[in-house]
Amino acid sequence: MREKILSIIEKNSRIDLRELAIILGEEETDIVNEMEQMEKEGVICGYHTLIDWEKTNVEKVSALIEVRVTPQRGHGFDSIAERIYKYPEVHAVYLISGGYDLLVSLEGKSLKEVSNFVSDKLSTLDTVLSTATHFILKKYKDHGTILDKKEVDERIQVTP
Amino acid sequence: MLVTVGGSEAIDIALRAMVDPGDEVLIPQPSYVSYEPCAVLAGAKPVIIELKHENQFRLTAQELEDAITDKTKILILPFPNNPTGAIMERKDLEAIAEVILKHDLFVLSDEIYAELCYTEKHVSIVNIDGMRERTILINGFSKSHAMTGWRLGYACGPKEIIEQMYKIHQFCIMCAPTTSQYAAIDALKNGDEDVQMMREAYNQRRRYLVHAFQEMKLECFEPFGAFYIFPCIREFGLTSDEFATRFLNEEKVAVVPGTAFGDCGEGFIRISYAYSLEKLKIAMEKLEHFINRLRAEK
Repeated sequence: MREKILSIIEKNSRIDLRELAIILGEEETDIVNEMEQMEKEGVICGYHTLIDWEKTNVEKVSALIEVRVTPQRGHGFDSIAERIYKYPEVHAVYLISGGYDLLVSLEGKSLKEVSNFVSDKLSTLDTVLSTATHFILKKYKDHGTILDKKEVDERIQVTP
Repeated sequence: MLVTVGGSEAIDIALRAMVDPGDEVLIPQPSYVSYEPCAVLAGAKPVIIELKHENQFRLTAQELEDAITDKTKILILPFPNNPTGAIMERKDLEAIAEVILKHDLFVLSDEIYAELCYTEKHVSIVNIDGMRERTILINGFSKSHAMTGWRLGYACGPKEIIEQMYKIHQFCIMCAPTTSQYAAIDALKNGDEDVQMMREAYNQRRRYLVHAFQEMKLECFEPFGAFYIFPCIREFGLTSDEFATRFLNEEKVAVVPGTAFGDCGEGFIRISYAYSLEKLKIAMEKLEHFINRLRAEK
Protein backbone atom coordinates (compact mmCIF):
# COMPACT_ATOMS: atom_id res chain seq x y z
CA MET A 1 0.00 0.00 0.00
CA ARG A 2 2.86 2.34 0.95
CA GLU A 3 4.52 2.36 -2.47
CA LYS A 4 1.17 2.80 -4.22
CA ILE A 5 0.28 5.80 -2.04
CA LEU A 6 3.69 7.34 -2.66
CA SER A 7 3.62 6.87 -6.42
CA ILE A 8 0.29 8.72 -6.57
CA ILE A 9 0.97 11.57 -4.14
CA GLU A 10 4.42 12.15 -5.64
CA LYS A 11 2.56 13.41 -8.70
CA ASN A 12 -0.47 14.85 -6.93
CA SER A 13 -0.07 15.75 -3.27
CA ARG A 14 -3.46 17.46 -3.20
CA ILE A 15 -5.46 14.33 -3.97
CA ASP A 16 -8.49 13.90 -1.75
CA LEU A 17 -7.70 11.11 0.75
CA ARG A 18 -11.14 9.60 0.35
CA GLU A 19 -10.58 9.34 -3.38
CA LEU A 20 -7.12 7.88 -2.81
CA ALA A 21 -8.75 5.19 -0.64
CA ILE A 22 -11.33 4.43 -3.36
CA ILE A 23 -8.91 4.05 -6.23
CA LEU A 24 -6.53 1.89 -4.17
CA GLY A 25 -9.37 -0.22 -2.78
CA GLU A 26 -8.38 0.56 0.85
CA GLU A 27 -10.13 2.04 3.88
CA GLU A 28 -9.74 5.80 4.25
CA THR A 29 -8.60 5.47 7.89
CA ASP A 30 -5.83 3.07 6.81
CA ILE A 31 -4.62 5.59 4.24
CA VAL A 32 -4.63 8.40 6.80
CA ASN A 33 -2.73 6.26 9.33
CA GLU A 34 -0.18 5.13 6.76
CA MET A 35 0.47 8.70 5.64
CA GLU A 36 0.88 9.92 9.21
CA GLN A 37 3.30 7.07 9.83
CA MET A 38 5.31 7.97 6.73
CA GLU A 39 5.43 11.61 7.81
CA LYS A 40 6.76 10.51 11.22
CA GLU A 41 9.36 8.27 9.65
CA GLY A 42 10.45 11.06 7.33
CA VAL A 43 9.53 9.08 4.23
CA ILE A 44 7.20 11.96 3.34
CA CYS A 45 9.27 15.09 3.93
CA GLY A 46 6.86 17.78 2.77
CA TYR A 47 4.10 18.79 0.36
CA HIS A 48 5.37 21.45 -2.00
CA THR A 49 3.92 23.31 -4.94
CA LEU A 50 5.66 23.36 -8.30
CA ILE A 51 5.57 26.95 -9.55
CA ASP A 52 6.72 28.35 -12.86
CA TRP A 53 7.79 31.77 -11.56
CA GLU A 54 8.50 32.84 -15.16
CA LYS A 55 4.76 33.22 -15.66
CA THR A 56 4.39 35.57 -12.68
CA ASN A 57 5.52 39.14 -12.15
CA VAL A 58 8.09 38.05 -9.59
CA GLU A 59 11.71 38.33 -10.70
CA LYS A 60 13.78 35.34 -9.67
CA VAL A 61 17.21 34.09 -10.61
CA SER A 62 18.27 30.48 -10.11
CA ALA A 63 21.78 29.13 -10.21
CA LEU A 64 23.59 25.86 -9.81
CA ILE A 65 26.99 26.22 -8.17
CA GLU A 66 29.71 23.61 -8.37
CA VAL A 67 31.79 23.74 -5.19
CA ARG A 68 35.14 22.04 -4.61
CA VAL A 69 36.00 21.69 -0.93
CA THR A 70 38.61 20.12 1.32
CA PRO A 71 37.02 17.31 3.32
CA GLN A 72 37.51 17.65 7.05
CA ARG A 73 38.99 15.03 9.32
CA GLY A 74 36.24 13.13 11.11
CA HIS A 75 33.40 14.90 9.31
CA GLY A 76 34.12 14.35 5.62
CA PHE A 77 31.85 16.61 3.64
CA ASP A 78 28.97 16.68 6.14
CA SER A 79 29.90 19.69 8.24
CA ILE A 80 30.70 21.92 5.27
CA ALA A 81 27.47 20.82 3.57
CA GLU A 82 25.59 21.72 6.74
CA ARG A 83 27.13 25.18 6.86
CA ILE A 84 26.00 25.76 3.30
CA TYR A 85 22.47 24.36 3.56
CA LYS A 86 21.68 26.51 6.60
CA TYR A 87 21.49 29.59 4.37
CA PRO A 88 17.81 30.14 3.57
CA GLU A 89 18.53 31.15 -0.04
CA VAL A 90 20.03 27.71 -0.67
CA HIS A 91 17.42 25.41 -2.21
CA ALA A 92 19.31 22.16 -2.37
CA VAL A 93 22.75 20.74 -1.65
CA TYR A 94 23.98 17.48 -3.15
CA LEU A 95 27.26 15.59 -2.67
CA ILE A 96 28.39 14.71 -6.18
CA SER A 97 30.80 12.16 -7.60
CA GLY A 98 33.22 13.32 -10.29
CA GLY A 99 34.96 16.63 -11.00
CA TYR A 100 33.68 18.57 -7.96
CA ASP A 101 32.21 17.83 -4.54
CA LEU A 102 29.02 19.73 -3.78
CA LEU A 103 26.29 20.98 -6.07
CA VAL A 104 24.40 23.90 -4.56
CA SER A 105 21.10 25.05 -5.98
CA LEU A 106 20.33 28.65 -5.20
CA GLU A 107 17.55 31.12 -5.75
CA GLY A 108 17.85 34.91 -5.53
CA LYS A 109 16.05 38.06 -6.61
CA SER A 110 18.75 39.17 -9.04
CA LEU A 111 22.07 38.24 -10.60
CA LYS A 112 23.73 40.59 -8.12
CA GLU A 113 22.17 38.89 -5.12
CA VAL A 114 23.35 35.47 -6.29
CA SER A 115 26.85 36.67 -7.10
CA ASN A 116 27.05 38.42 -3.73
CA PHE A 117 26.13 35.17 -2.02
CA VAL A 118 28.87 33.33 -3.87
CA SER A 119 31.56 35.91 -3.30
CA ASP A 120 30.67 36.93 0.26
CA LYS A 121 29.27 33.80 1.86
CA LEU A 122 30.28 30.74 -0.10
CA SER A 123 33.80 31.28 -1.42
CA THR A 124 34.96 32.79 1.90
CA LEU A 125 34.36 29.53 3.80
CA ASP A 126 37.87 28.21 4.60
CA THR A 127 37.28 24.70 3.29
CA VAL A 128 35.97 25.92 -0.08
CA LEU A 129 38.67 25.64 -2.72
CA SER A 130 36.76 26.91 -5.76
CA THR A 131 33.27 27.60 -7.11
CA ALA A 132 31.76 27.65 -10.59
CA THR A 133 28.36 29.36 -10.90
CA HIS A 134 25.91 28.38 -13.64
CA PHE A 135 22.84 30.55 -14.03
CA ILE A 136 19.69 28.82 -15.20
CA LEU A 137 18.32 30.44 -18.35
CA LYS A 138 15.18 28.39 -18.86
CA LYS A 139 13.42 25.55 -17.08
CA TYR A 140 11.96 23.06 -19.51
CA LYS A 141 10.98 20.37 -17.06
CA ASP A 142 11.03 20.21 -13.28
CA HIS A 143 10.02 17.40 -10.89
CA GLY A 144 8.86 15.32 -13.84
CA THR A 145 6.53 18.04 -15.08
CA ILE A 146 6.99 19.84 -18.40
CA LEU A 147 6.73 23.57 -17.68
CA ASP A 148 6.78 24.96 -21.18
CA LYS A 149 3.97 22.98 -22.77
CA LYS A 150 3.43 23.34 -26.48
CA GLU A 151 -0.05 23.95 -27.84
CA VAL A 152 -1.31 20.77 -29.40
CA ASP A 153 -3.91 20.59 -32.14
CA GLU A 154 -6.27 18.02 -30.68
CA ARG A 155 -8.23 17.40 -33.85
CA ILE A 156 -7.70 13.87 -35.05
CA GLN A 157 -5.63 13.68 -38.21
CA VAL A 158 -6.14 10.04 -39.13
CA THR A 159 -9.09 7.70 -39.45
CA PRO A 160 -9.12 5.57 -36.31
CA MET B 1 1.21 -19.31 -34.81
CA LEU B 2 0.32 -16.57 -37.27
CA VAL B 3 0.91 -12.83 -36.92
CA THR B 4 -2.11 -10.90 -38.16
CA VAL B 5 -3.30 -7.35 -38.82
CA GLY B 6 -4.86 -6.92 -35.40
CA GLY B 7 -6.94 -9.52 -33.58
CA SER B 8 -9.77 -8.63 -35.98
CA GLU B 9 -8.07 -10.25 -38.95
CA ALA B 10 -7.38 -13.37 -36.88
CA ILE B 11 -11.09 -13.67 -35.99
CA ASP B 12 -12.10 -13.33 -39.63
CA ILE B 13 -9.62 -15.78 -41.16
CA ALA B 14 -9.96 -18.32 -38.36
CA LEU B 15 -13.68 -18.53 -39.05
CA ARG B 16 -13.17 -18.62 -42.81
CA ALA B 17 -10.59 -21.40 -42.45
CA MET B 18 -12.69 -23.51 -40.11
CA VAL B 19 -16.36 -23.38 -41.05
CA ASP B 20 -18.25 -24.99 -43.89
CA PRO B 21 -21.54 -23.58 -45.18
CA GLY B 22 -24.31 -24.35 -42.72
CA ASP B 23 -22.04 -24.94 -39.74
CA GLU B 24 -23.20 -23.25 -36.57
CA VAL B 25 -20.95 -20.88 -34.67
CA LEU B 26 -21.89 -20.20 -31.05
CA ILE B 27 -21.47 -16.56 -30.08
CA PRO B 28 -22.03 -15.48 -26.48
CA GLN B 29 -23.38 -11.92 -26.32
CA PRO B 30 -22.99 -9.11 -25.32
CA SER B 31 -19.65 -9.27 -27.07
CA TYR B 32 -17.43 -7.63 -29.65
CA VAL B 33 -19.30 -6.56 -32.77
CA SER B 34 -17.45 -8.50 -35.45
CA TYR B 35 -18.00 -12.17 -34.47
CA GLU B 36 -21.51 -12.39 -35.86
CA PRO B 37 -20.87 -10.70 -39.26
CA CYS B 38 -17.59 -12.61 -39.69
CA ALA B 39 -19.44 -15.88 -39.10
CA VAL B 40 -22.07 -14.87 -41.67
CA LEU B 41 -19.41 -13.86 -44.21
CA ALA B 42 -17.76 -17.24 -43.72
CA GLY B 43 -21.07 -18.92 -44.63
CA ALA B 44 -21.83 -20.14 -41.15
CA LYS B 45 -24.98 -19.71 -39.13
CA PRO B 46 -24.37 -17.60 -36.01
CA VAL B 47 -26.15 -18.91 -32.94
CA ILE B 48 -26.35 -16.39 -30.13
CA ILE B 49 -26.02 -17.37 -26.47
CA GLU B 50 -27.42 -14.59 -24.30
CA LEU B 51 -25.24 -14.09 -21.23
CA LYS B 52 -26.96 -13.14 -18.00
CA HIS B 53 -26.34 -10.23 -15.70
CA GLU B 54 -27.06 -12.50 -12.71
CA ASN B 55 -24.19 -14.78 -13.80
CA GLN B 56 -21.93 -11.72 -14.01
CA PHE B 57 -22.06 -12.25 -17.78
CA ARG B 58 -20.02 -15.47 -17.56
CA LEU B 59 -20.83 -18.35 -19.89
CA THR B 60 -22.22 -21.37 -18.02
CA ALA B 61 -21.95 -25.00 -19.10
CA GLN B 62 -25.74 -25.26 -19.14
CA GLU B 63 -26.15 -22.26 -21.46
CA LEU B 64 -23.57 -23.80 -23.77
CA GLU B 65 -25.18 -27.25 -23.66
CA ASP B 66 -28.59 -25.77 -24.49
CA ALA B 67 -27.26 -24.06 -27.64
CA ILE B 68 -25.49 -27.06 -29.14
CA THR B 69 -27.02 -28.92 -32.11
CA ASP B 70 -25.52 -31.54 -34.45
CA LYS B 71 -24.45 -28.66 -36.73
CA THR B 72 -22.45 -26.83 -34.05
CA LYS B 73 -18.77 -26.51 -34.90
CA ILE B 74 -17.15 -23.66 -32.99
CA LEU B 75 -17.68 -21.77 -29.76
CA ILE B 76 -16.36 -18.22 -29.69
CA LEU B 77 -15.11 -17.49 -26.19
CA PRO B 78 -14.66 -13.73 -25.68
CA PHE B 79 -13.15 -13.27 -22.19
CA PRO B 80 -12.11 -10.96 -20.57
CA ASN B 81 -15.12 -9.46 -22.24
CA ASN B 82 -15.79 -6.32 -24.20
CA PRO B 83 -18.27 -4.72 -23.30
CA THR B 84 -19.11 -6.26 -19.91
CA GLY B 85 -15.66 -6.62 -18.32
CA ALA B 86 -16.62 -10.18 -17.31
CA ILE B 87 -13.93 -12.83 -16.87
CA MET B 88 -13.94 -16.62 -16.77
CA GLU B 89 -12.06 -18.23 -13.90
CA ARG B 90 -10.44 -21.66 -14.13
CA LYS B 91 -13.46 -23.46 -12.65
CA ASP B 92 -15.75 -21.76 -15.18
CA LEU B 93 -13.47 -22.79 -18.04
CA GLU B 94 -13.22 -26.38 -16.79
CA ALA B 95 -17.00 -26.68 -16.93
CA ILE B 96 -17.04 -25.28 -20.47
CA ALA B 97 -14.17 -27.55 -21.58
CA GLU B 98 -16.10 -30.61 -20.44
CA VAL B 99 -19.02 -29.74 -22.74
CA ILE B 100 -16.69 -28.87 -25.63
CA LEU B 101 -14.96 -32.26 -25.36
CA LYS B 102 -18.24 -34.13 -25.02
CA HIS B 103 -19.55 -32.66 -28.29
CA ASP B 104 -16.18 -32.58 -30.07
CA LEU B 105 -16.24 -28.83 -30.83
CA PHE B 106 -13.61 -26.20 -31.56
CA VAL B 107 -13.06 -23.02 -29.56
CA LEU B 108 -12.07 -19.61 -30.87
CA SER B 109 -10.78 -17.93 -27.74
CA ASP B 110 -10.41 -14.17 -28.12
CA GLU B 111 -8.11 -13.21 -25.25
CA ILE B 112 -7.14 -9.74 -26.43
CA TYR B 113 -7.71 -8.40 -22.88
CA ALA B 114 -5.74 -11.18 -21.15
CA GLU B 115 -3.22 -8.73 -19.65
CA LEU B 116 -6.02 -6.67 -18.14
CA CYS B 117 -7.29 -8.83 -15.29
CA TYR B 118 -7.54 -7.21 -11.89
CA THR B 119 -8.15 -9.94 -9.35
CA GLU B 120 -6.06 -12.87 -10.40
CA LYS B 121 -3.97 -13.69 -13.43
CA HIS B 122 -5.90 -14.53 -16.57
CA VAL B 123 -6.37 -18.25 -17.28
CA SER B 124 -6.60 -19.34 -20.90
CA ILE B 125 -8.80 -22.23 -21.91
CA VAL B 126 -5.77 -23.81 -23.63
CA ASN B 127 -4.45 -24.53 -20.13
CA ILE B 128 -7.33 -26.94 -19.52
CA ASP B 129 -6.52 -30.56 -20.45
CA GLY B 130 -7.52 -31.55 -23.96
CA MET B 131 -8.27 -28.00 -25.13
CA ARG B 132 -4.99 -27.01 -26.75
CA GLU B 133 -5.64 -29.35 -29.69
CA ARG B 134 -9.01 -27.77 -30.44
CA THR B 135 -8.54 -24.09 -29.65
CA ILE B 136 -7.50 -21.12 -31.74
CA LEU B 137 -6.23 -18.53 -29.30
CA ILE B 138 -6.28 -14.91 -30.41
CA ASN B 139 -4.36 -12.11 -28.78
CA GLY B 140 -2.58 -8.94 -29.84
CA PHE B 141 -0.93 -5.71 -28.79
CA SER B 142 -3.84 -3.29 -29.05
CA LYS B 143 -4.96 -3.57 -25.44
CA SER B 144 -1.97 -4.93 -23.53
CA HIS B 145 0.37 -2.34 -25.00
CA ALA B 146 -2.17 0.28 -26.10
CA MET B 147 -0.96 -0.19 -29.70
CA THR B 148 -4.45 -0.14 -31.20
CA GLY B 149 -3.57 1.75 -34.36
CA TRP B 150 -0.47 -0.37 -35.02
CA ARG B 151 -2.76 -3.21 -36.09
CA LEU B 152 -0.94 -6.21 -34.71
CA GLY B 153 -2.41 -9.42 -33.41
CA TYR B 154 -1.76 -13.11 -33.55
CA ALA B 155 -3.45 -16.49 -33.61
CA CYS B 156 -2.08 -19.68 -32.06
CA GLY B 157 -3.51 -23.12 -32.64
CA PRO B 158 -3.19 -26.56 -34.20
CA LYS B 159 -0.88 -26.61 -37.23
CA GLU B 160 -3.56 -27.91 -39.61
CA ILE B 161 -5.84 -24.93 -38.95
CA ILE B 162 -3.12 -22.29 -38.84
CA GLU B 163 -1.86 -23.50 -42.24
CA GLN B 164 -5.26 -22.90 -43.81
CA MET B 165 -5.50 -19.49 -42.14
CA TYR B 166 -2.05 -18.68 -43.46
CA LYS B 167 -3.23 -19.21 -47.05
CA ILE B 168 -6.07 -16.70 -46.67
CA HIS B 169 -3.75 -14.30 -44.85
CA GLN B 170 -1.20 -14.43 -47.70
CA PHE B 171 -3.76 -13.95 -50.42
CA CYS B 172 -5.58 -11.03 -48.85
CA ILE B 173 -2.95 -9.09 -46.90
CA MET B 174 0.54 -10.63 -47.49
CA CYS B 175 1.82 -9.84 -44.02
CA ALA B 176 1.13 -7.78 -40.94
CA PRO B 177 2.97 -4.42 -41.17
CA THR B 178 6.65 -5.05 -40.47
CA THR B 179 7.12 -1.63 -38.84
CA SER B 180 4.54 -2.69 -36.25
CA GLN B 181 6.17 -6.11 -35.86
CA TYR B 182 9.53 -4.53 -35.00
CA ALA B 183 7.80 -2.17 -32.56
CA ALA B 184 6.00 -5.12 -30.96
CA ILE B 185 9.27 -7.06 -30.56
CA ASP B 186 10.60 -4.12 -28.60
CA ALA B 187 7.38 -3.92 -26.59
CA LEU B 188 7.77 -7.60 -25.66
CA LYS B 189 11.41 -7.22 -24.71
CA ASN B 190 11.17 -3.97 -22.78
CA GLY B 191 7.51 -3.22 -22.10
CA ASP B 192 6.57 -5.40 -19.11
CA GLU B 193 6.87 -2.58 -16.61
CA ASP B 194 4.67 -0.31 -18.69
CA VAL B 195 2.01 -3.01 -18.94
CA GLN B 196 2.12 -3.43 -15.16
CA MET B 197 1.90 0.34 -14.67
CA MET B 198 -1.09 0.65 -16.99
CA ARG B 199 -2.84 -2.30 -15.38
CA GLU B 200 -2.53 -0.52 -12.03
CA ALA B 201 -3.82 2.74 -13.52
CA TYR B 202 -6.81 0.96 -15.13
CA ASN B 203 -7.48 -0.81 -11.85
CA GLN B 204 -7.59 2.53 -10.01
CA ARG B 205 -10.05 3.91 -12.54
CA ARG B 206 -12.12 0.70 -12.33
CA ARG B 207 -12.41 1.00 -8.54
CA TYR B 208 -13.30 4.66 -8.89
CA LEU B 209 -16.13 3.90 -11.34
CA VAL B 210 -17.53 0.97 -9.33
CA HIS B 211 -17.62 3.26 -6.31
CA ALA B 212 -19.14 6.15 -8.25
CA PHE B 213 -21.98 3.89 -9.49
CA GLN B 214 -22.63 2.66 -5.96
CA GLU B 215 -22.93 6.26 -4.79
CA MET B 216 -25.34 7.00 -7.64
CA LYS B 217 -27.27 3.81 -6.80
CA LEU B 218 -26.83 2.64 -10.37
CA GLU B 219 -27.01 -1.15 -10.61
CA CYS B 220 -23.71 -2.58 -11.80
CA PHE B 221 -21.78 -5.77 -11.21
CA GLU B 222 -18.07 -5.36 -10.53
CA PRO B 223 -16.05 -6.12 -13.67
CA PHE B 224 -12.72 -7.87 -13.17
CA GLY B 225 -11.23 -7.59 -16.64
CA ALA B 226 -10.76 -5.48 -19.79
CA PHE B 227 -11.32 -1.72 -19.43
CA TYR B 228 -15.09 -1.54 -19.59
CA ILE B 229 -17.89 -1.29 -17.10
CA PHE B 230 -21.46 -2.15 -18.00
CA PRO B 231 -24.05 -0.54 -15.72
CA CYS B 232 -27.75 -1.34 -15.95
CA ILE B 233 -30.05 1.57 -16.87
CA ARG B 234 -33.40 -0.25 -16.90
CA GLU B 235 -34.76 1.76 -13.97
CA PHE B 236 -35.11 4.85 -16.18
CA GLY B 237 -37.56 3.24 -18.61
CA LEU B 238 -35.47 4.24 -21.62
CA THR B 239 -33.87 1.97 -24.19
CA SER B 240 -30.07 1.88 -24.28
CA ASP B 241 -30.19 3.88 -27.50
CA GLU B 242 -32.46 6.55 -26.06
CA PHE B 243 -30.35 6.81 -22.92
CA ALA B 244 -27.09 7.13 -24.89
CA THR B 245 -28.55 9.68 -27.31
CA ARG B 246 -30.05 11.85 -24.59
CA PHE B 247 -26.87 11.66 -22.50
CA LEU B 248 -24.88 12.76 -25.54
CA ASN B 249 -27.24 15.61 -26.41
CA GLU B 250 -27.87 16.86 -22.90
CA GLU B 251 -24.48 16.36 -21.24
CA LYS B 252 -22.13 15.97 -24.23
CA VAL B 253 -20.79 12.63 -23.01
CA ALA B 254 -20.66 9.60 -25.32
CA VAL B 255 -21.38 6.10 -24.05
CA VAL B 256 -22.06 3.04 -26.17
CA PRO B 257 -25.56 1.54 -25.93
CA GLY B 258 -25.42 -2.11 -24.84
CA THR B 259 -27.41 -3.14 -27.90
CA ALA B 260 -24.35 -2.44 -30.08
CA PHE B 261 -23.01 -5.72 -28.67
CA GLY B 262 -26.11 -7.82 -29.22
CA ASP B 263 -29.83 -7.56 -28.53
CA CYS B 264 -29.34 -8.86 -24.98
CA GLY B 265 -27.29 -5.71 -24.25
CA GLU B 266 -30.62 -3.84 -24.07
CA GLY B 267 -30.92 -2.04 -20.74
CA PHE B 268 -27.18 -1.52 -20.36
CA ILE B 269 -24.57 1.01 -21.45
CA ARG B 270 -20.86 0.50 -21.92
CA ILE B 271 -18.39 2.91 -20.37
CA SER B 272 -14.72 2.65 -21.25
CA TYR B 273 -12.11 3.60 -18.67
CA ALA B 274 -9.23 3.77 -21.10
CA TYR B 275 -9.47 7.54 -20.59
CA SER B 276 -7.74 9.42 -17.74
CA LEU B 277 -9.13 9.53 -14.20
CA GLU B 278 -9.48 13.33 -14.46
CA LYS B 279 -11.72 13.03 -17.51
CA LEU B 280 -13.68 10.14 -15.97
CA LYS B 281 -14.43 12.29 -12.93
CA ILE B 282 -15.94 14.98 -15.13
CA ALA B 283 -17.95 12.31 -16.98
CA MET B 284 -19.25 10.86 -13.69
CA GLU B 285 -20.33 14.29 -12.48
CA LYS B 286 -22.27 14.72 -15.70
CA LEU B 287 -23.73 11.22 -15.44
CA GLU B 288 -24.90 11.87 -11.89
CA HIS B 289 -26.46 15.12 -13.00
CA PHE B 290 -28.17 13.35 -15.89
CA ILE B 291 -29.59 10.42 -13.92
CA ASN B 292 -30.82 12.71 -11.16
CA ARG B 293 -32.77 14.56 -13.82
CA LEU B 294 -34.13 11.29 -15.24
CA ARG B 295 -35.20 10.17 -11.77
CA ALA B 296 -36.93 13.49 -11.17
CA GLU B 297 -38.82 13.14 -14.47
CA LYS B 298 -40.40 9.89 -13.44
